[in-house]
Amino acid sequence: MKKKVLGLLLSTTMVAGMLSACGSTATTTETPAAETPAAETQTEAPAAETPAAEATTEAAAELPADEGKVLNISAWNEEFKSRLTDHYPGYEVVDGTTGKIGDVTVNWLITPNEENAYQNRLDELLLAQDSAAADDKVDLFLVEADYAVKYTDTDYTLPVKDLGITDEDLKDQYAYTQAVVTDSNGVLKGTSWQGCPGVMIYNRAIAKEVFGTDEPADIQAKFSDWDKFFEAAGELDKAGYDVISSTADTFRVYQNNAKLPWVDGTKIQVDDNLKKWVEDSKKLADAGYCNTWGQWGEDWNKGFYPEGKVFAYFGPAWLIDFCMAADVEGSVAHDGGWAATEGPQGFYWGGTWICAAAGTDNANLVADIMRKMTCDPEVMKDIVLKDNDFVNNRPVMEGLAADTSYSNAVLGGQNPLKMFCAGADNIDMANLTAYDQGLLGDFQTAMGDYINGNFATYDEALEQFYTLALQRYPELTR
Amino acid sequence: MDKKKSNSNVVKFNRWGYIFLIPFFVTYVIFSLIPLCSTIYNSFFENYRSGLKQIGPNFVGINNYINLLSSPEIWKYLINTLIMWVGGFIPQITIALLLAYWFSDPSLRLKGQRFFKTVIYMPNLIMASAFSMLFFALFSDSGPVNQILLSLGFIKEPFKFFQYVIASRALVMLMNFLMWFGNTTILLMAGMLGIDSSLYEAAQVDGATASQVFFKITMPILKPIFTYVLITSLIGGLQMFDVPQILTNGRGNPTDSLTTVIMLLNRYLTSKDVGRGGALSVFLFVVTGILSLVVFRINSSKDKD
Repeated sequence: MKKKVLGLLLSTTMVAGMLSACGSTATTTETPAAETPAAETQTEAPAAETPAAEATTEAAAELPADEGKVLNISAWNEEFKSRLTDHYPGYEVVDGTTGKIGDVTVNWLITPNEENAYQNRLDELLLAQDSAAADDKVDLFLVEADYAVKYTDTDYTLPVKDLGITDEDLKDQYAYTQAVVTDSNGVLKGTSWQGCPGVMIYNRAIAKEVFGTDEPADIQAKFSDWDKFFEAAGELDKAGYDVISSTADTFRVYQNNAKLPWVDGTKIQVDDNLKKWVEDSKKLADAGYCNTWGQWGEDWNKGFYPEGKVFAYFGPAWLIDFCMAADVEGSVAHDGGWAATEGPQGFYWGGTWICAAAGTDNANLVADIMRKMTCDPEVMKDIVLKDNDFVNNRPVMEGLAADTSYSNAVLGGQNPLKMFCAGADNIDMANLTAYDQGLLGDFQTAMGDYINGNFATYDEALEQFYTLALQRYPELTR
Repeated sequence: MDKKKSNSNVVKFNRWGYIFLIPFFVTYVIFSLIPLCSTIYNSFFENYRSGLKQIGPNFVGINNYINLLSSPEIWKYLINTLIMWVGGFIPQITIALLLAYWFSDPSLRLKGQRFFKTVIYMPNLIMASAFSMLFFALFSDSGPVNQILLSLGFIKEPFKFFQYVIASRALVMLMNFLMWFGNTTILLMAGMLGIDSSLYEAAQVDGATASQVFFKITMPILKPIFTYVLITSLIGGLQMFDVPQILTNGRGNPTDSLTTVIMLLNRYLTSKDVGRGGALSVFLFVVTGILSLVVFRINSSKDKD
């Protein structure tokens, strides 16, 4: 009997011990992150704290001299790093994660976007900003449109005006890029070097084979609305090609043309245009005109190569320039085999905004980076010519759009800028909420199951969407 | 007089035992008991982050538990977890018993035992997440498995493993089985090697068949180890996380049917929801405790007579 009691005791102890491992993840996550930098400050902070505090209060009048020796930049990929390396005067590369501007060390804090990891880290860094040592304070961080509101609508982000950047500096930017990072009081809290109007990027060789022409105007006529798009997809299917790689490709197009924001007060709402995406996608997938895998995967990518047999991708300039394997021999992009046209509806996708973190001890440098990278026409023109990015400067872009000598090698010598310029003027960013990223991800997850036939009805999938959304955001209601 | 002296000697001697136990208890209290208590404490509060704004902690009584247990998902996830655990455990324990029996049977004189013992343990050395990514690549629509099946002519177009509930659950079971059967084999083998060989000889002399020897001698003596394997596997199974998480990128696709209880805990992390997370952890703790007790009872019930 005694043995049994002991055995029971041991086994329950074991259970308790093993389980508490999982319990602790919930309870301890917050303390260590906040605690560690706090401990460091005791030794270093006092000297550095004062000028940092002044930066937030007095900056409007005149910026204090930079005290910081380290410029911390928080980002989720290498894009801004390569822009800074190539185009910011005086930037020197030290190694993979550090650089130098003058005698200031630039420290890149790069965390991938997956599973919200980037925001999780940024949240911890910003919340610990006050107590962090001078060299650990975030000075600059990057945000995307999907969650920009989450950061701009707080005091953790400095108004651009406080950095000494004037309306005169910003006058050439596209209005929508400013709307994204303007907080609820109408204060501009960030700035971007790029604009992201999207186009339909199609494979010239397939266009010639199936439609007999690869002229953008002729292809546009065949894809000018979603019904025609579906018809053309049928023709492509007969010839053995998929019209797009995945149903996920058109999601942004429909989502940007939605009338309602995702959240009204605390109530989640689903726009009719999103329902239309679900129905159209289901039609495409059921007909076998395209696949349903997620973006960025091995399967999705294969259309970047001739063997992939994918006719078109939807995307902005950065997709062409940054993602389509232009530097890989044998890819369609490498051989200049793509062309661009407007597609059924205008849209934007992505874009990166630079925000200054409150408490930065390098305010002058931050301001200068913002001014040079997002307002200086020379630097911005250079970005277009070198990287084919679409920059956030109307005169530069319109000048280049009219310039017959400019051409994009990936697009087989086409000058797509006029198309992009027209798109950029039409982008409307009124519908942003702080919850967009989570909600549109959950929506695609739930609807993906419907499109694949795992849910019998749209309503079942919608139910699943609400379930996922409420797990993610306890403050929302349906 | 004599008795008293020896008694105090025993006490003195026992003291060393307690001293040697201190490191365990100190680490246990710091890393297990305190977090356990704070989890329970936190589960009674509304405490999360909305964007960068902290909400709470506000005391809400047992609201977190009511919300958790009244939502149909939690039961679905619990069943998902149990299905995937059972599906992996049955082949795991069967194969492990068989292999352990062969390895520990001297009359079979198996060659290259050491080699095979190492090989079957190998999958356990790979990180679960790496293993999961490997499977994801292997079974993706244009992955090698589909390529092979296509070229052999078994299928006409790629089979989409990750779009079918049964196929994707089967992959999780397969992975759990592959990762853990080696470990279980070694545990069971240790138990079997501890059985007195004279028992087997006696059985042989009495003319017992191989299956009689296995069920009448090996299994009864192996029972404590068997129970241990079962309970540890159950606990591990209920906490299943990394394999389905990585395989489905945290989504539990298709139709949330690969989502395990701990994956739900992970989803609360977006809003740093300590309250709901705590309630979920406590719930899982209780479920595990009950199931472990049930298993333990069933396995020790025959000891009474």
